[in-house]
Amino acid sequence: MYQLYYALALLVMGLTVGTLLEWMHYRSIRKRELGFVTLPATSLKTAPDEEHILRAELVTGSVVISVDYFKRFAASLKKLFGGEIHSYSSLLDRARRESMLRLKEKCADCDMLINLRVDTSTISNGGNSNIGSVEVMTYATALWYSAKSHHGHPTDLAG
Amino acid sequence: MIITNTESVPGKRLVEHYGLVQGSTIRAKNIGRDLMAGMKNLVGGELKGYTELLQESRDEAIERMVHQAEELGANAVVNVRFSTSSVAAGAAEILCYGTAVLLEKEHASADTPPPLPPSEAY
Repeated sequence: MYQLYYALALLVMGLTVGTLLEWMHYRSIRKRELGFVTLPATSLKTAPDEEHILRAELVTGSVVISVDYFKRFAASLKKLFGGEIHSYSSLLDRARRESMLRLKEKCADCDMLINLRVDTSTISNGGNSNIGSVEVMTYATALWYSAKSHHGHPTDLAG
Repeated sequence: MIITNTESVPGKRLVEHYGLVQGSTIRAKNIGRDLMAGMKNLVGGELKGYTELLQESRDEAIERMVHQAEELGANAVVNVRFSTSSVAAGAAEILCYGTAVLLEKEHASADTPPPLPPSEAY
């Protein structure tokens, strides 16, 4: 009986605190993403207007995020029936967006990002609870254009 | 040392290829971080200890790769890729590899920005 209460308490804590933390994280992600809407980030291998590039450099961003106890429980239930596991898709979505933001924050003054790659790996905890935490790493080449180039202004990318 | 993950360095001409260079490191997490991560696992969210650990090891791997490239006399590494794998319980290997190349030395132009300080180099 005692164990049941213990598990229930963990579930409730996971549900309340976990949901609150996720909501706060999403709010922060959305707010920070607004600051980078004009920075073009592409997975193209070559850059337009190459002769005006001043500097090119590798930038990386990474984050390790884990899922809360309640969601892990919900996912294990969902695994019986199959289908999309929403609790994990929000985990990966948060991790990807966060690592992308960290990458962009490292080179906030650059004009363009090319060859953007996203790498996901799970982290083994050694024990039985190795599901649930995920590392996402993003890397790209940041480019700085000279003022002469029309790509110096990022919003002109389409032109 | 210029590092990019594109096949060439945009705006610069490659003169010579020196072949593959790589750097890797295997790191284990420590007990303190593990405890904190275990607590954090209940409520979800970022595991800062692990993020730092992996970031540090990645920087180390890049450093080793750059060192290898410098020994070959290269001044840039292009087409850099990362790969992570867990070799044992609680330990992760981080591998970073690329192609060492020699870029054409350019005459210093007036609008070249100053190089980044070392802490921001990656």
